Amino acid sequence: MTKFTLVGATLADGASANITVSGGTITAIGSQTEGDIIDVSGLVALPGFVDLHTHLREPGFEQSETVLTGSKAAALGGYTAVHAMANTHPVADTAGVVEQVKALGDEAGYVQVQPIGAVTVGLEGKQLAELGAMAQSKAKVSVFSDDGKCVSDPLLMRRALAYVKSFGGVIAQHAQEPRLTENSQMHEGKVSTELGLAGWPAVAEESIIARDVLLAEAVGSRIHICHLSTAGSVEIVRWAKARGIQVTAEVTPHHLLLTDENARGYDPVFKVNPPLRTANDVAALREALIDGTIDIVATDHAPHPAEAKDCEWSAAAFGMLGLETAASIAQEVLIDSGLSDWKRFTEVMSTNPAKISGIEGQGQALELGAPANIALIDPKASRTIVDGGASKSDNQPYRGLTLKGAVVHTIYRGEFTVRDSKLAK
Amino acid sequence: GAGLDGLSVAIVGDIAHSRVARSNLTLLKTLGAKVHLVAPATLLPKALTEKADSYSYSLDETIDEVKLDAIMMLRVQSERMNASFFPSEREYARIWGLNQDRLARLGKDTFIMHPGPMNRGLEIDARSADSDRSLILDQVANGVSVRMAIMYHLLAGGTE
Repeated sequence: MTKFTLVGATLADGASANITVSGGTITAIGSQTEGDIIDVSGLVALPGFVDLHTHLREPGFEQSETVLTGSKAAALGGYTAVHAMANTHPVADTAGVVEQVKALGDEAGYVQVQPIGAVTVGLEGKQLAELGAMAQSKAKVSVFSDDGKCVSDPLLMRRALAYVKSFGGVIAQHAQEPRLTENSQMHEGKVSTELGLAGWPAVAEESIIARDVLLAEAVGSRIHICHLSTAGSVEIVRWAKARGIQVTAEVTPHHLLLTDENARGYDPVFKVNPPLRTANDVAALREALIDGTIDIVATDHAPHPAEAKDCEWSAAAFGMLGLETAASIAQEVLIDSGLSDWKRFTEVMSTNPAKISGIEGQGQALELGAPANIALIDPKASRTIVDGGASKSDNQPYRGLTLKGAVVHTIYRGEFTVRDSKLAK
Repeated sequence: GAGLDGLSVAIVGDIAHSRVARSNLTLLKTLGAKVHLVAPATLLPKALTEKADSYSYSLDETIDEVKLDAIMMLRVQSERMNASFFPSEREYARIWGLNQDRLARLGKDTFIMHPGPMNRGLEIDARSADSDRSLILDQVANGVSVRMAIMYHLLAGGTE
């Protein structure tokens, strides 16, 4: 693509600047006007977003999503990189599968697709997967997770936390004690009791996090906790960080906005793992995202076809879409609330996810010489969420809601993937 | 024999469960050599890495960055795989095994050692074990003499 300059952008620190992009790199920032001129006055220019937790479903579940459709949804959400979870079919527990997922991502060309490798073979929680083979493959895996399932065996978790140090990687735990959540349907509390749905106690998440931060301390390793959902989990992570434990944590947009009250009416679009919790938990998660206890927003984008959601609650699959709406929710929590700023927004949506994973060329500040991965948001735009996004699935929890903020342009390696809020290629 | 002062020796393998690693770490350093430990993180305890001159999780990096006078491969038990110290024999051999590629990158004067018994194809391949730089058969023979000497001194109480 020819050289272009984004004129009148507002940067995260509030400064106004023109950003020139050429050959995939930012070649000038200032008051220059070189190449094609693109007016972005009123838009906030940020490093392209990096999702540390996405389900692209391919190989094996192409009825829900493919790497191509998921990449498109990500680009529309302002993302220039996503980390694809390993619970595909076959499971991403070998070099062969992760290299295939990376190749599909490169071929699609909308975002950088970085595969996540499974911790255990087949996600069965019994035998370590070949983390070394995956780390040394073309996919250069650095984040390993059995997400969807918990690595519940404490000895296996201990070994995994130690073994992954050999490759500079990190284990991302889906904290869910299986014995406390057998057949659980929604958060265990007042609402589940009234609705008659089997409860999912907060302690099932908190007890695993408590165990695992202590294991990480004993082993001297990093640990990342997926989708924190309770106030109690926040307190444990806060305690662990104060103690010097190398723990990082993520929160999903839906856990920052929705509660178990949404389950009234039994619409399975609100069925998710971990479940939507109480208003008190939402408040604690928001506060933690601002004060640094939680490091990043990660979508846990989990597409499902109609057959898996258009049924009674207990038969429905767990999960909701997230890629195309994440930035708006982050904006509400951090900007429109008046409680934080675009610098923190950048940290939780770009810089920190890239740091946790070690992915190259992403999450870098918009400065001279940086790769041109840029998201441009109109914070004043307002959009009502409807079906028909780029995802192959429609399990959209915000259907009918009006959200503020819209991604107007997404630039990936110097090329527009999204232009005027529409896919550009 | 030759003096060991200033020589570099790498010990590679299941450091955590090895008597050989512990006694060699102490003796080699006492005799003036530098000891470099290499193993997956699950098999490298802090108490031993603190005594070594360096440690690494990467055999390839150690071979490329340290001029080694000898490399000692330790036997890996497959029971360790069942206790999840590493995922599979194939992964262990690929990353920490002495193979032809690594043998070629070692200096042509670097000695190959192994306390035995060997799992040929796991921590060491057959051609490395049988190469002209291998001291393994000498180690076996010397081990017999050392055991005889120890038993004589302990049981016969002699000082000669």
